[in-house]
Amino acid sequence: MAIISAAGLARTFQTKRGPVEAVRGIDLTVREGEILGFLGPNGAGKTTTLRMLTTLLAPTGGAATVAGCDLATDPAGVRRACGYVAQSGGVDPQISVREELVTQGRLYRLTKAQAVARTEELARDLDLTGLLDRRAGALSGGQRRRLDIAMALTHRPKVLFLDEPTTGLDPGSRADLWDLVRRLRDEHGTTVFLTTHYLDEADALSDRLVVVDAGVVVAEGTPSALKLEYGGSIDASLQDTFLAITGRSAAPADAAPVAV
Amino acid sequence: MLLHDIALVYGRYLRQSLRSRFALLFGVLMPLLYLLFFGPLLTDLPLGGRGSSWQLLVPGLLLQLGLFGSSFAGFAIIIEKQQGVLERMRVTPVSRLALLLGRVLRDATVFVFQAVLLVLAALAMGLRAPLAGVLIGFVFVALLTASLASLSYALAMKVRTPTEFGPAVNAMTMPAMLLSGLMLPMTLGPAWLDFLSHLMPFRYLVDAVRDAYVGSYTSTHMLYGVLAAVGLTIVSVTVGTRVFRTSGA
Repeated sequence: MAIISAAGLARTFQTKRGPVEAVRGIDLTVREGEILGFLGPNGAGKTTTLRMLTTLLAPTGGAATVAGCDLATDPAGVRRACGYVAQSGGVDPQISVREELVTQGRLYRLTKAQAVARTEELARDLDLTGLLDRRAGALSGGQRRRLDIAMALTHRPKVLFLDEPTTGLDPGSRADLWDLVRRLRDEHGTTVFLTTHYLDEADALSDRLVVVDAGVVVAEGTPSALKLEYGGSIDASLQDTFLAITGRSAAPADAAPVAV
Repeated sequence: MLLHDIALVYGRYLRQSLRSRFALLFGVLMPLLYLLFFGPLLTDLPLGGRGSSWQLLVPGLLLQLGLFGSSFAGFAIIIEKQQGVLERMRVTPVSRLALLLGRVLRDATVFVFQAVLLVLAALAMGLRAPLAGVLIGFVFVALLTASLASLSYALAMKVRTPTEFGPAVNAMTMPAMLLSGLMLPMTLGPAWLDFLSHLMPFRYLVDAVRDAYVGSYTSTHMLYGVLAAVGLTIVSVTVGTRVFRTSGA
């Protein structure tokens, strides 16, 4: 069953130097409980797509539904169904972890008591219990990311959008975060939609990949299917496959495999 | 739901203000310096108003406090945009209007608190004014703050960097201060300057608070002041609401 489906989703920004088509027309479906890796070179329109799917940015074309709620007609429903962690995170460094989590619960319309209970629960789940009274600014990169994700999980969303969740993390924290993402899916059935520039991450974590370039979907499939189709062999590296798909190397996308 | 959300956002930002007590008091510093080092210069000058020079200066300083303080309120939003806090809140079901009004009410609270401190200092310097007039003055400060803070947040949502925001706000606040006669009544000046200042909505607020400080609560100045303040608030909050509702970028 499709939990996200988008058809022709597009966004054009009007700038002083004329219109910029950040996203030209994205068609995609994400199945419930899937971990989807959303890849593409810088400027391909990944973040813009994410911001449209989370209601932060109104599309200028096309349509999409998230958890059965239409982006255009039921943004409130979409907001209830999804959690979003932006590249920059989203916590005030001066505020304590506890206060941010409780306020977040209240923003999701929990009562004070429910918000406090949910904070304890999230802290236990995401290993933040000992850090609740610290300022968010005093956390390490990995702890900070866990807090960002805890904030997004406050209302037990069906879909979690993660925009480059492991950028800037050390290898240990990255591995922990991968485990966390898998655990969310395995234990709660959460659908995870994540963008990343780390192809090993996409390879290790995703059930399926969608590659975008210049604002459109240029390839999609399981990591092995993409490797076979574009990289020339199931043993091709995702790096070479990616380069072949986006044409960012000497060889054109439809020519012989870039590397075997 | 809207009231719940406003209270929630208000609480978050009020706690933020209370955390930085220094900044809370620092805001009063500029008008306080005017009170200490500029106020005494006026005591024996013929200013043409009724009452003492303090009854003329203090209303101006109160509105100066509101004008300069709340115009820069938007800086906080620019920082929150960069931290991702704003977007994180905007993906929750919280009312967009509450995200604006909670902040604006916090600003009004902070500036009325600072206005109280300023009036207490002025009392020590020699101000004598009727209590009702002083309270009316606070209401005007609250309305002015709410209006300007709304506009400031709206502008901050539209600009990308603090370096664009600062000069833009300065370019608006300086003429506003000079043309509204905050320091000295504009009636002292030549006719053309007095005329120009009537194009500045804050002028009517200053005149109204000056009347309140000498106990004329039913004057024409008061009527125009109330109309200007209420009109300004309606327009500004409407502009702010529009921007907060629609602005995704």
